[in-house]
Amino acid sequence: MTPRPTAMLIPIAFLGGLYFAVFSNVASFLPALLNGLTVTIQVAIPSAILAYAISVAAGLGRLSRNAAVRLMSGAYVEIFRGVSLLVILFWLFFVLPEFGLTLSPYVAALLGISLNAGAYGAEIIRGAVQAVPRGQYEACVTLNMPGWRKYSRIILPQALIIAVPALTNMTIELLKGTALVSAVTLVDVTAAGVRQNQLTYRTIEIFSVLALIYFCLSQVVRFAGALLETGFNRHLRTGRS
Amino acid sequence: MADEKIRFEAVSKRYGSLTVLDQLDLSIGAGEVVSIIGPSGSGKTTVLRCLMTLEPVDDGVIWIDGIPLNKELRSGALIEASPAHLRRMRTKLGMVFQNFNLFPHMTILQNCSEPPVYALGAKPTEARSRAVDLLKMVGMESKQDHYPAQLSGGQQQRAAIARTLAMQPEILVFDEPTSALDPETIGEVTEVIRALATKHSYTMLLVTHQIDFARDISDRICFFDKGRIVEQGPPDAVIDSPKETRTQQFLRKVAKAR
Ligand SMILES: Nc1ncnc2c1ncn2[C@@H]1O[C@H](COP(=O)(O)OP(=O)(O)OP(=O)(O)O)[C@@H](O)[C@H]1O
Ligand SMILES: [Mg+2]
Repeated sequence: MTPRPTAMLIPIAFLGGLYFAVFSNVASFLPALLNGLTVTIQVAIPSAILAYAISVAAGLGRLSRNAAVRLMSGAYVEIFRGVSLLVILFWLFFVLPEFGLTLSPYVAALLGISLNAGAYGAEIIRGAVQAVPRGQYEACVTLNMPGWRKYSRIILPQALIIAVPALTNMTIELLKGTALVSAVTLVDVTAAGVRQNQLTYRTIEIFSVLALIYFCLSQVVRFAGALLETGFNRHLRTGRS
Repeated sequence: MADEKIRFEAVSKRYGSLTVLDQLDLSIGAGEVVSIIGPSGSGKTTVLRCLMTLEPVDDGVIWIDGIPLNKELRSGALIEASPAHLRRMRTKLGMVFQNFNLFPHMTILQNCSEPPVYALGAKPTEARSRAVDLLKMVGMESKQDHYPAQLSGGQQQRAAIARTLAMQPEILVFDEPTSALDPETIGEVTEVIRALATKHSYTMLLVTHQIDFARDISDRICFFDKGRIVEQGPPDAVIDSPKETRTQQFLRKVAKAR
């Protein structure tokens, strides 16, 4: 990979860290922030995995030959893409108990985030599956590939390669969306920052660290995505055959 | 002619108001090698696609070994073929595409060894050794662990031929197998096809613009125009002394282009 301008951020981050270590009373708010970060990660990773599974299921559902499956997948996508994540979280946590279904804050956060991201992911997967060249489907027909093998071994692997950049984007959005889980009483890194600000009044330092944390997490996702992409594309010239 | 292998009986295919195949009748014997030539848009590809069940037929019946392909016999009546029937019938058919359509995320060996496992229930070890043999036959044994994108067009097409043969079809269908190739790699592919035509007992149906190659390997040439067979017969008759004016015009045009 060629060096990117973002590489400059590493020394900047180092200098920033030096500043914090020397001039701010980091010890007063950092432990609480790191506890919050743990919660953020505990929510983000399982949500992302669940969101990918939902994306594939609903994305293929939208292309199903079965009209009922198509309709249900379409309704899911439209509803969860069209409603604010915050409102979805409120529904899962405050409204469902009215109907006798009480979810823990953690489960509500996980479901809300993954259902929301999965609605976007479904569209990504649908587009990627449709972008697999027609000749690949025709080869499957002439080779008599059974339907599920056709998808699991031929179409989906190629579709996922096509989808990686868009899924990386979706994952970063999901990650940033976890900042809303304080709505269901979880103390994630953002909620921890807000609370520490009220206690210590280290406003500039706290929210700078907070911004940096989200930025670093996003970079990890971006890097993982780029790694997957180059790994996948090792053998492929995209747009071929 | 030996036993009849394939028969098109009054087969019609329309796209909207455009009639691409017009009441086509065509009979091909077992082991016979038939080449289809004709102008662009005359329906050559469509014949192959209908035979491969890639396109539904609007009218008529295609028979393979006396069994209807696009129809199914149920209590004395011919009804539309079920997916299961099509799947059964397709085991006799193999197609080689103009653009190869190899699976780009799989090695050449996986391309050739996995489909028989999934589609025919072959044992992986046996499918693998058969695939290795076939790749040897098409001169690709040294490339078996390469991915399609790492190979030249001619190499990809030879691998694609091996993949088709791995399914143990009785009928081989080629749609302009050398049209997407660089001139210098055409020969290696035509040599493989020639070997299949002369040393094996496959029934072959080939669409090509290479008139000399078609003359060389074919038992019969069919000249197509506007979804019908205008003229057919042994290569020397159709190519060297065509009777129909449209065939003469087409061959003159092709000769000029060469
Ligand atoms: N899916 C389709 N929808 C509409 N029209 C089609 C479709 N496929 C083919 N056609 C039309 O049917 C006619 C015959 O097409 P076909 O591909 O069989 O011709 P061909 O003889 O193979 O020509 P070429 O030598 O250019 O490959 C053409 O006019 C083409 O435009
Ligand atoms: Mg064609």
